Amino acid sequence: MSLDFGLIIEQMPDILSGLWVTLWIWVVASILGAALGFLVAAARRYGPAPLDWLLKLYVEILRGNPFLIQLFLLYFGGPFIGLRLEPIPAGLIGLTIYASAYFSEIFRAGFQAVPRGHVEAAQCVGLSRSQILRRILLPEMTMLVLPQCVNMAIILIKETAILSIITVPEMTMVIGAIGSQQYAFVDAMFLLAIFYWVLVEICDWLGRRAEAKLSKFRFAVT
Amino acid sequence: MSSTAPTRTPHANSPEPHAATAPAVAVKGVGKTFGATEVLKGIDLTVPAGATTCLIGPSGSGKSTLLRCIAFLEEATKGTITIKGDPLGFAEAANGQRTRLSPQNIRSVRSRIGMVFQQFNLWPHMTALGNVCEALVTVRKMKRKEAEERGMAQLSRVGLEHRATHYPSELSGGQQQRVAIARALALDPEILLFDEPTASLDPELTGEVLNVMRDLAGSGMTLLVVTHEIGFAATVGESIAFLDHGRLLLNGTPREVFGEPRHPRLAQFLETYLDRGAATLL
Repeated sequence: MSLDFGLIIEQMPDILSGLWVTLWIWVVASILGAALGFLVAAARRYGPAPLDWLLKLYVEILRGNPFLIQLFLLYFGGPFIGLRLEPIPAGLIGLTIYASAYFSEIFRAGFQAVPRGHVEAAQCVGLSRSQILRRILLPEMTMLVLPQCVNMAIILIKETAILSIITVPEMTMVIGAIGSQQYAFVDAMFLLAIFYWVLVEICDWLGRRAEAKLSKFRFAVT
Repeated sequence: MSSTAPTRTPHANSPEPHAATAPAVAVKGVGKTFGATEVLKGIDLTVPAGATTCLIGPSGSGKSTLLRCIAFLEEATKGTITIKGDPLGFAEAANGQRTRLSPQNIRSVRSRIGMVFQQFNLWPHMTALGNVCEALVTVRKMKRKEAEERGMAQLSRVGLEHRATHYPSELSGGQQQRVAIARALALDPEILLFDEPTASLDPELTGEVLNVMRDLAGSGMTLLVVTHEIGFAATVGESIAFLDHGRLLLNGTPREVFGEPRHPRLAQFLETYLDRGAATLL
């Protein structure tokens, strides 16, 4: 295996466009997945019992099988129920739904981790349920669940590679294709490994910076 | 101060007690069960306005539960609680039928009560001033600037205006509890409830909190304090209630309750107290 840098530079525009698709799909799916996951967790906590069971089933099914299969079902199975999606929307929707299940579990644990007394103090000064959710639970949870959310985001960067099999023109598909055309498949995979790792490290670094920023909001030691 | 109109109870035949003469809190026949455990077994207690009442008793006697019922953090399973004559949470008809009041009514009666917790329960993501101003802005819809002026006034009342921009994690336990008191005071409550306010503090920090409470008591605030600080109860309390096994055993002035002849159960309770005190001194 010999990395041909000339080749890399020659193909740079394609590589960059693949990198860009990976990045934006990852960021958007993470944000939407976290938002949807939060709604699922909140609905399970505050909604009626049947809604809780229904959403529990949603979470269990999504956590219970590989993302690859879910994506196949959405992209190739969707047309059978009249859902015809282009690769990019299918990938984005699939990844968002997949992420929402895991995020909802993170938030569910986060809700439980906020001390009951903090909510009682808010009730005593007259905050309504939605104000308590917005002003107390959400911000307190954010600091509690941040490490797990960063971890989930890291997992999601790597899951974006799976979108290549439904021909989303992201990094793995673009660089893999270049590798096949140039008979340098291993080189291409090696390059990909480095790219993903760099992205993960950047995400991890950003996460640690955010945690450091939030550290003064940590629970007071009594 | 309070915008609450007197609430009409289904208790139509009896006249409304007048707010000026009604006690700050009247507890009538209050019972509370958790599953099979009966924690409160029919408590009758009157908390006079403008005075300090101390609830004392052994662990598990139900004193904290009673206080939490008055704060409506727990719902009494029996009996009624009125705040200056207005029923809290439930209205009781002449035949003893309890009906739950509307959430708006519950919130408006509750807003006249301030609560201070053993664990302070400051919100860690807000500064001291933020904690004090939160309800002024979100509940009372006050302008931020106006709320902050009022918040600063409350912080200086507890001697912490110089800590306004600190987060709870940057404050000592005693300071956190004083911020919690300022937070409760900011809403101008008619009555302040304290649930063992110094129980999680070092002896050194206990004093600063008790001093703030002494000042409040001196200013004519109505205080209802669950405490293990017998010294505080005896010197600051104008009325002492001694609970034991979910019943109100004694209720009177400190002289009446602590003086001779002493109720055997109280004597026993104070004895264990001295034992523990002596143990820590040795």
